[in-house]
Amino acid sequence: MTEASNSVTDTRTEARQDRAPARGRTSTRRAGAALAPYLQAAPMALVFLLFFVLPLAATIVVSFWQYTHYSIEPAFTLQNYGDIFSGCIRDLPELCTTFRTYISTLKFGLIVWATTLVTGFTVAYFLAFHVRTLKVQVIFFLLCTVPFWTSIVIRMISWIPLLGRNGLVNQTLMSMGVIDTPLEGLLYSDFAVILAMTHLYTLFMVVPIFNSLMRIDRDLIEAARDAGASGFQTLTVIIIPLGRPGILIGSIFVVTIVMGDFLTIGIMGGQQIASVGKVIQTQMQFLQFPLAAANAVILLAAVLVGVWALLKLVDIRKEL
Amino acid sequence: MTDTPRKTGTTRRGVLKGAAALAGTAAFPAPFVHAQERVTLRYLSTAVNQSPAIAEKASEDLGIDIEYIAVNTDEVPRRVITQPNSFDLVDSEYFSLPNLVPSGNMKGMDANRIDRIDDLATVIANGTVDGEQVGWDGTAPHEVLYLENQDSTTFATEPTEWITLIPTTYNADTLGLRPDLIDKEITSWASLLDPDFAGKTAILNIPSIGIMDAAMAIEARGDITYGDKGNMTRDEIDFTIEKLIEAKRAGQFRAFWSNFQESVNLMASGEVVIQSMWSPAVTAVRTQGIPCVYQPLKEGYRAWASGFGLPRTIDGRKEDAAYEFINWFLSGWAGAHLSKQGYYPAVLETAKEYMEPYEWAYWYEGKKAEQDILAPDGRLLEEAGAMRDGGSYAERMGSVACWNAVMDENQYMVRKWNEFIAA
Repeated sequence: MTEASNSVTDTRTEARQDRAPARGRTSTRRAGAALAPYLQAAPMALVFLLFFVLPLAATIVVSFWQYTHYSIEPAFTLQNYGDIFSGCIRDLPELCTTFRTYISTLKFGLIVWATTLVTGFTVAYFLAFHVRTLKVQVIFFLLCTVPFWTSIVIRMISWIPLLGRNGLVNQTLMSMGVIDTPLEGLLYSDFAVILAMTHLYTLFMVVPIFNSLMRIDRDLIEAARDAGASGFQTLTVIIIPLGRPGILIGSIFVVTIVMGDFLTIGIMGGQQIASVGKVIQTQMQFLQFPLAAANAVILLAAVLVGVWALLKLVDIRKEL
Repeated sequence: MTDTPRKTGTTRRGVLKGAAALAGTAAFPAPFVHAQERVTLRYLSTAVNQSPAIAEKASEDLGIDIEYIAVNTDEVPRRVITQPNSFDLVDSEYFSLPNLVPSGNMKGMDANRIDRIDDLATVIANGTVDGEQVGWDGTAPHEVLYLENQDSTTFATEPTEWITLIPTTYNADTLGLRPDLIDKEITSWASLLDPDFAGKTAILNIPSIGIMDAAMAIEARGDITYGDKGNMTRDEIDFTIEKLIEAKRAGQFRAFWSNFQESVNLMASGEVVIQSMWSPAVTAVRTQGIPCVYQPLKEGYRAWASGFGLPRTIDGRKEDAAYEFINWFLSGWAGAHLSKQGYYPAVLETAKEYMEPYEWAYWYEGKKAEQDILAPDGRLLEEAGAMRDGGSYAERMGSVACWNAVMDENQYMVRKWNEFIAA
């Protein structure tokens, strides 16, 4: 991998050298060269514009519309936002549904962030520093993607025989004499949700962290060891700070996905645990599109604030 | 979970035929070639209602191809309202009509073009069984069956020539239970909230249906008497949700479910031992060899009915084909096919003609099965000697207490329901 990244820098320098003599040539060429980066970025920009910016703009606009049980009508009303937060201030310190839902969603965001970070970092560390050959690294990487090999439907069904009341885990524990009655909290609980999410999303931590760790100059680690640093000191002083960009990117992935996830929470929580995504889904099912749009806008704002805070911690452009 | 559109009827041969027909039309653009083309009807409904056998048989008998679009219960009305061009025939719940009809996306069906319009089951046509009125709480089908005229967006109070939905299937739902895991006799909806079953019950997370189950249970427990539990006032909704939240916080529910397969999994795995179920779900649990009883209760059943409707945009040959298909549907074969899965069809007499006398006696007359009862696909459902839970058609449909409903205060109800889920 280090060789690979070295060769990338080599090509870059070559490209720069190539461009230098071209400078003196015709102005059309220069214009073309100036335009080139824009053209290169255009396809992605177009995709973003069509499939991200426009729908998002529509969502924001619709969030101010009015609705009946079978139609939505253009208007400019703050009613939808008012409905979402109705009673939220009045009932304090008792939490209203919206606050409670957001807090529950945030809670999962934080816990799953912590669990995926610990597991993801450990796995990435192992892959980067203990696995020597690229081939084995690739094989292990593929193993990390196993949770994505099956559909959510299959997973949903397969958790029941594992974690259920009469499931494998409970039966094993009971036959070992650890417990007398089956543990009910294994399935359809916070625990189940966190387990399933960690299982699913750790990969999103592993990949960027692994990438960051691979870029660390091995000489630095050697130097640290020569200077008498213990393994733990090397980890905290050299590896973690230099792995920060990867940790950050992974964190953004995980936090944003968890905040919008309603399928995993729904299935593993037995649909008894609220999530913002589920609320939006229910509202869409009942054709309360403006209300759902308003909720989506609030969720987006909440996630953006989170991402902004994370970016404050690391100057990602400098570090990449 | 059932959102993937399922297509039937697209075989290699079909495609070749189509290609040949297309080539033919291009070469000889004569009108008669056009008229020979087969019509495809895009049939929107939940997956439970989409039997491949019916599509196959209709294609054979009528030369009309049925392309199923499978979505879940809540998605059906949403599709009708937001994408009325995306289907030719919808099989919708009657309780969705108060939302669908005002949208103007549905077209009244001409009663004169339905051959068996006078033979529709009375429970749908006027809310009676054998002349006796059943419970009308909720959105009873006869209340939303007729329109003032074809393009009307309001319901007619008297029978007219314009029909909203022609019934496909209907039934009476009650609690399903695992007799091997319950050592109590269950006679009332109140058992859903019985603390003895804490952590072992479930209800639907489809608000229109779930609230009705909850209302049946709460009323049965004696907490409240509703004016019309299918059209609650805000106070009644508040009370109901409050009671549900109490039960939830006390750990009464193991899980909520929102589609057929989830309810089957919960029951079959023993995670849940008592819950409101759909009749074919009970059958599905039983065919896995797991005992499951569809328990009749003293308060009666929560009924539902589903029927064919036409989108406003349909016309010409497609419309003719839709009427042809509906008439075929009511003519017996489909009715018998559905009856053998535990549903009831719109026209009983014609279904009877396509069933063996012993099958009719088992499914409709509440008699002991003289022979083994087989599902339409040939699997064994019940051994000889078994009796249908709940008895005869008249006993079951006659004991309907309420119907699935969309209330006037629906938006408020959905908001409160979300609070219950979040609590």
